Amino acid sequence: MFSRILIANRGEIALRIIRACRELGVQCVVVYSEADRHAHYLSLADEAICIGPADPAESYLNIPRIISAAEISNVEAIHPGYGFLAENAHFVEICRDCKINFIGPAPESMHLLGDKVQARKLAEKSKVAVVPGSDKAVANEDEAAQLAEKIGYPVIIKAAAGGGGRGMRIAHNEMSLRVAFHSAETEASSAFKNADLYLEKYLEQSRHVEVQVLADHTGNTLHLWERDCSLQRRHQKLVEETPSPGLSTEVRQELCKAAVRLAKAAGYINAGTFEFLLDKNNKFYFSEANTRIQVEHPITEMVTGIDLVQWQLRIAAGENLKLRQKDIRQQGSAIECRINAEDPANDFAPCSGCIDRFIPPGGFGVRLDSHVYPGYRISPHYDSLIGKLVVHKKTRAEAIACMKRALQEFEVGPVKTTIGLCREILTHRQFVKGKVDTGFIERTW
Amino acid sequence: MELDKIKELVEMMKANDLSELEVVNGQTRIVLKRGPNQTAPQVIAMTPALTANGANPALRERLAAAGPESKDLPAEAAEDEKWARIVAPIVGTLYTAPSPNAEPFVETDSKVEEETVVCIIEAMKVMNEVKSGVRGTIKKILVENGSAVEYGQPLFLIEPD
Repeated sequence: MFSRILIANRGEIALRIIRACRELGVQCVVVYSEADRHAHYLSLADEAICIGPADPAESYLNIPRIISAAEISNVEAIHPGYGFLAENAHFVEICRDCKINFIGPAPESMHLLGDKVQARKLAEKSKVAVVPGSDKAVANEDEAAQLAEKIGYPVIIKAAAGGGGRGMRIAHNEMSLRVAFHSAETEASSAFKNADLYLEKYLEQSRHVEVQVLADHTGNTLHLWERDCSLQRRHQKLVEETPSPGLSTEVRQELCKAAVRLAKAAGYINAGTFEFLLDKNNKFYFSEANTRIQVEHPITEMVTGIDLVQWQLRIAAGENLKLRQKDIRQQGSAIECRINAEDPANDFAPCSGCIDRFIPPGGFGVRLDSHVYPGYRISPHYDSLIGKLVVHKKTRAEAIACMKRALQEFEVGPVKTTIGLCREILTHRQFVKGKVDTGFIERTW
Repeated sequence: MELDKIKELVEMMKANDLSELEVVNGQTRIVLKRGPNQTAPQVIAMTPALTANGANPALRERLAAAGPESKDLPAEAAEDEKWARIVAPIVGTLYTAPSPNAEPFVETDSKVEEETVVCIIEAMKVMNEVKSGVRGTIKKILVENGSAVEYGQPLFLIEPD
């Protein structure tokens, strides 16, 4: 195992990785920007190094500064968390050149899966269905319009290097497609420094179901079952749960096996997620791979009892999975609500400022992953996630009841949050029946 | 910032019933907060605006051998207040001389121009020259040759002309 690693991230995921390091007896160094200087989690690390001003381009996204911090702090590996540099294959290559282990997959499989166009080809080879769409980056809006005509509207435009819903647009006709194409291009190029876009058919009333995978250096590739992330607003997940309600045993098995096939075909090592869209007839299509730890990983940890972040470190350090597929059981039901500092009454505008009141929920079955406390100042420079509220119970009905009462206990102010909206979702008939799709939140609220 | 000045601010807060006050004066930043029932405000932070505050004491020790720590002492802080700071523009390893056997770029009492190179910081095998940015006299060198520095860490105190 490593004796010392660097965490190239911030907020709740930096804290999550610090916790994994503490339990494994690994020293950790965390980098921070000036905006995060006073964050409490920094004091939980063995060292904290300021790498630049608040602007992510000058700090958390700045490769030379992060590598330099790793060099002066004498670490063996870097954990990228999610977002920022987590899926940047170039960064992984630089780590390799500098003889620093990257806690994640090899740059080759990241290239392959991170590029949505190549990932589609890989899926076709692995006999996993993909949503009809472009088999290469779309050159311009005319080409996009031609293709959309062929596959039929509505279509979705995605950034080839994308993730987290950025650079994504849905178009219902040619006019909206042309407008969307431009804005997606601008967003993709600023967010990912890669303006390549591709196009696929937009499946209406589909569910978003993803499969967690863990793979070691010997090729032992296991799935840790699925997560249902259909509850989204503008492609940003809000509520996730496992097991996915309404998935038959056969479809679940097929889905998980498809993810393992894809991981193996990509030569994937470490933790990764394969996302699928499930249509009204329970037919699934591969949508994309996320070559990193995901925000919603705790629900998988709860039902499997496997600490994913610890395993990321272990695998990166060369340890083999001591598990077989049949050892991994999906026990009980887990739900996660993302608590964002956003104002639902004001079109979910992010709220920055000081959190004066912060009363976290607790009790049997409740887990809260949060870096926030009374007096914490939310910076306008970063995402608005202030915590992930997770519950784990024997049955889905119990988990819903537990989440409802945990949300009731949770008080945050004066900044506005998504707590109220999550409570409404949890009490909604459609959710309780397990009959929601990716458009549910936007249609209902 | 002098104690009298702080007292003056405290009185001003009380007089105007302010609950929070932030004053930035040059490179000094002071934040005063007052609870609803408190008569005396408490000093939350008094840090030079550009100081890099490593959250961990171990790193602070390693990072700053020559002791930017000492700036926190009130007497020295007042003394240092007169001088401008040259801070690290990047994180890396600092060298005070162009090569191991060469003379240092600057020493205490060296006269520097804005464009004078005062040290180099190695980041990812690249040597980055750090320029004074201020015309004046070096009064204090806060870091040792070969030490690790973080972004924003004060390196030199300089008396501007």
